[in-house]
Amino acid sequence: MLDAKIPSGPLENKWNDYKGHVRLVNPANKRKLEIIIVGTGLAGASAAASLGEMGYKVKAFCFQDSPRRAHSIAAQGGINAAKNYQNDGDSVFRLFYDTIKGGDYRAREGNVHRLAEVSTSIIDQCVAQGVPFAREYGGLLSNRSFGGTQVQRTFYAAGQTGQQLLIGAYQALERQVALGTVEMHTRHEMLEIVMIDGKARGIIARNLVTGELERHFGHAVLLCTGGYGNVFYLSTNAMGSNVTAAWKAHKKGAYFGNPCFTQIHPTCIPVSGDHQSKLTLMSESLRNDGRIWVPKKQGDTRKPYDIPEEERDYYLERRYPAFGNLVPRDVASRAAKERCDAGYGVGTSRQAVYLDYAYAIERYGKAEVNKHNLGHVDAATINRLGREVVKEKYGNLFDMYEKITGENPYEVPMRIYPAVHYTMGGLWVDYELMTNIPGLYALGEANFSDHGANRLGASALMQGLADGYFVVPYTIGNYLADEIRTNAISTDHPAFVEAEKHADDRIRTFMNIQGSQTVESFHKRLGKIIWDKCGMARNEQGLKQAIEEIRALKKEFWSDVRIPGNINEMNPELDKAGRVADFIELGELMCLDALERNESCGGHFREEYQTPDGEALRDDAHFMHVAAWEYKGDSSWTLHKEPLIYDVMKPSQRSYK
Amino acid sequence: MNWQKVLHSSIGKKLVMALTGLFLIVFLLVHCYVNANVLFSNGAENFNRAAHFMGTNILVRIMEVGLFAGLLLHILQGYRLELKNRAARKSKYAVKAGGATSTWYSRSMALLGTLILLFLIIHLKQFWVPSRFGGLSEITYGNQPYHDLYSQMKEVFSQPWVVVLYVLGCFSLSWHLLHGFQSAFQTLGWSHSAYKGLIRSVGVGFSVIVPLIFALMPVFLYFGWEIPSGGLTLLF
Amino acid sequence: MQHSTMNLTLKVWRQRNSKASGGFETYPVPGISTEMSFLEMFDVLNERLIAEGRDPIAFDHDCREGICGMCSMVINGRPHGPWKGTTVCQLHMREYKNGDTITVEPWRANAFPVVRDLMVDRSAFDRIIQAGGYISVNTGNAVDGNAIPIEKDHADSAFAAAACIGCGACVAACKNSSAMLFLSAKVSHLTLLPQGQPEKRQRVVEMIDQMDKEGFGSCTNTYACEAECPKEISVTNIARLNREFLSAALGSGD
Repeated sequence: MLDAKIPSGPLENKWNDYKGHVRLVNPANKRKLEIIIVGTGLAGASAAASLGEMGYKVKAFCFQDSPRRAHSIAAQGGINAAKNYQNDGDSVFRLFYDTIKGGDYRAREGNVHRLAEVSTSIIDQCVAQGVPFAREYGGLLSNRSFGGTQVQRTFYAAGQTGQQLLIGAYQALERQVALGTVEMHTRHEMLEIVMIDGKARGIIARNLVTGELERHFGHAVLLCTGGYGNVFYLSTNAMGSNVTAAWKAHKKGAYFGNPCFTQIHPTCIPVSGDHQSKLTLMSESLRNDGRIWVPKKQGDTRKPYDIPEEERDYYLERRYPAFGNLVPRDVASRAAKERCDAGYGVGTSRQAVYLDYAYAIERYGKAEVNKHNLGHVDAATINRLGREVVKEKYGNLFDMYEKITGENPYEVPMRIYPAVHYTMGGLWVDYELMTNIPGLYALGEANFSDHGANRLGASALMQGLADGYFVVPYTIGNYLADEIRTNAISTDHPAFVEAEKHADDRIRTFMNIQGSQTVESFHKRLGKIIWDKCGMARNEQGLKQAIEEIRALKKEFWSDVRIPGNINEMNPELDKAGRVADFIELGELMCLDALERNESCGGHFREEYQTPDGEALRDDAHFMHVAAWEYKGDSSWTLHKEPLIYDVMKPSQRSYK
Repeated sequence: MNWQKVLHSSIGKKLVMALTGLFLIVFLLVHCYVNANVLFSNGAENFNRAAHFMGTNILVRIMEVGLFAGLLLHILQGYRLELKNRAARKSKYAVKAGGATSTWYSRSMALLGTLILLFLIIHLKQFWVPSRFGGLSEITYGNQPYHDLYSQMKEVFSQPWVVVLYVLGCFSLSWHLLHGFQSAFQTLGWSHSAYKGLIRSVGVGFSVIVPLIFALMPVFLYFGWEIPSGGLTLLF
Repeated sequence: MQHSTMNLTLKVWRQRNSKASGGFETYPVPGISTEMSFLEMFDVLNERLIAEGRDPIAFDHDCREGICGMCSMVINGRPHGPWKGTTVCQLHMREYKNGDTITVEPWRANAFPVVRDLMVDRSAFDRIIQAGGYISVNTGNAVDGNAIPIEKDHADSAFAAAACIGCGACVAACKNSSAMLFLSAKVSHLTLLPQGQPEKRQRVVEMIDQMDKEGFGSCTNTYACEAECPKEISVTNIARLNREFLSAALGSGD
């Protein structure tokens, strides 16, 4: 039975009570305890810095050339915190409430309430580190609303919030490196978890520059390795983002929670051709002023401005008159897919819809005319004034769009399409962020815990930093307090030897295949299967078919992949091969999980389970649980269910009509 | 932190360049002012008197030692930096960005400086050596003998190649200053956004006007041109 | 945008590892779409090289949206290519025309040794940050975020400096391989904020010291760094750095 170890007592006291009673490790003992941290994004860097400050001996690993490059850096919008600086009725409870509801009632109350509680400390910590958040003229912090919430609780640094937060954590980490409490290993990839007597005791990592395998001991291992969105090949994730560390842990016994919960973001720049390597997000804020439409005629190839008003279908406004273009991410994404699948898509690929600013420009232009009492002016003047306003608000996004597409969005409607953006699923962890393997923790996007079936905007940064700065520094003591008598285990221990041999064998197997197809081509094919059958909409038949296709693909991969170069050198193709092999296995589990979950909730939309008007239909009676999958060998898993108990929240149906 | 450590840091080395550079700029201004006498119709006497003052005043002579020291420091430190900076990139680019990202003269300070140095050696030999170590004729103003440096100039600048050489030297100086002037302020940290424009305009003005006046001297003397002084006296 | 394809020739620096000597190899790359990004052209070329049994070209890249700072190529002499305020990954092929020859080199500086082909080792930047590029505040030490009001102009200037992505284009662009723009961005970011004041003297002195140890050249104010910086960090920051250094190093502190 899965025990999430959620403290008893009233929801609002759980975390405080836990902190008050949790076991501690005295400073002298901390110096003897070693902690391995894999991944240096917001969760990993903040954990490494905090644990180093506390006196533990930390070893941190990242595959990039510097910890500052982790993909947390690309987050644009902001970070939520229940500060209530705007006096608009925000509170810890309201942030908790919004997050549980936004996750479509598939997250744990205890974890989410703790997240809301520590959110305020995150902002304080980041400000103290020198994170240059946006400010008002009075010198105080500025907020904006985000992701459809009713309060202004999002803190931001222009469109680079993730970058600024990560640089703050990175600097704190480098400070500990200088002080000698953290040992940093860049261009290293974790390939195995080492288990001794049922506990995680270290890792095997590959030095990506020399190709050497290294053994590293730790009293505990923290995986902060982000999400697995790249299983789709095309996503807004960085090229190197991968599931490998989490997957190795899974294969050593760690349960994988809710793998089918993935988030598709509605406003991304569409695919321009087969050469496409990744997708770029356009901030959700664009939907505040833009109108989304497709032609009413199928396969219409006219230029957008040649299509008259009456021949345009503003499908979101048509389907959801109450929310219009501002429906939540999952709803907007599915609606765009529905139109394109039905043959109404635009652009060369026909896999895009228009996001049109012509109305906003005209509206803002007229408002400017009124504001400045310009009287009767011509259309060109209104247009010019309107553009100025739009430029002020969205200029950097419009510039980015123009760089990528070569089209001027002030003249021609932008083409957008949904893209994979975030994965709510991840390694199953308990309240202490420990997986079911003692001593193995998962933080940030790598775990499954806080966002349920759908993540709200500006919550990912909050969770990563909460886990690293304010949760794991407390909870890890509860485990390590029992480890103070465990001396550092020699890496000559048979478990290390065996784990290294396992990693080494796998690498040699890859190199010996000497087939005819590139790693990239397999990744593309995998991505297409998952996107088509386990993407924005899923059904039983498609998922079953996908599982078959993935199994066949796996066989083909292991018999026909071609990896150039040698083992003992920098070999990016070899690195990629290991990651893609793991993605293939994960892909199968995702489809299995999606198949098992016979309901629609949040980002998981099963076509069989929808309301008469096409909305997600939850089945709380049968699926109000976390699906935690245990690996049982090749293509074989056992499902464990952790029931979700709502003491405070009352689950209800979402409607945006 | 002590001076020695500062001077060994990369910014400290640049500080030496900036301070000596600014010192040389001040010298140029004085030198230009004094010598501009020769452009005027009553220039000969004024100029010779001024030269006499510069050659005999004890304070000026002490300053002269400082000037040579500053010049030497500027030259040596400049070459040291150039060598160190070149060594910081052993493997060179096959294609260079050239003028797309920076001006050619900002990248060529060592070359321009070397041209100025070569010019200076000739210039010192022609004027400074004879005025300090003898070899100039004398002229009397009010019963007192003075070195007739003016005649020396007339003679030296009667040769066309010297005139051309001096004009070219002034071009080198102009480009060197065009970068060096504002660069010194940047290195000293005085190039704040509020004064950036001012520094730039004054710098460009200085870099064009001062070398231009210098260049006019050999040209005027060669062609025998002069500006009617109309009683205007530049010095003393 | 009119979509078309073109045939190009690439001259690419190949170098097996930091100890090997490198050289250029020439590759014809036919059928490149104007809609591709520059790195996608490399993907296409690499796929072909692998199919032909040759080693693909190693190059650093990750986010491919201009923020992680990983990509680093000198394209026809220009770090990050010819577009202003852009990283390599944001450069698109419509910049080029059929028949063009493009020379691609790694960042070149002794302080950035080549790892392989177009990849370089920029750990010197991490060590400079370790020397003092932070505010010493342990987790949990912070006061309320609004307890420290910051003048908006200062906050904005600090943000503009903090936009640095640590890619190293400034070093690659500088004829002296100087890291002053990188360093000045960090010193400015932290010094402009009241939180960064207590450590400002020590920070700047230690960071400069580390920079000098790493083997970067010194700044001669050509401002090529500013022209090539993908985040358009201003050289005003370098003046501020000089100012901070001189006042920290020579002021008494009393």
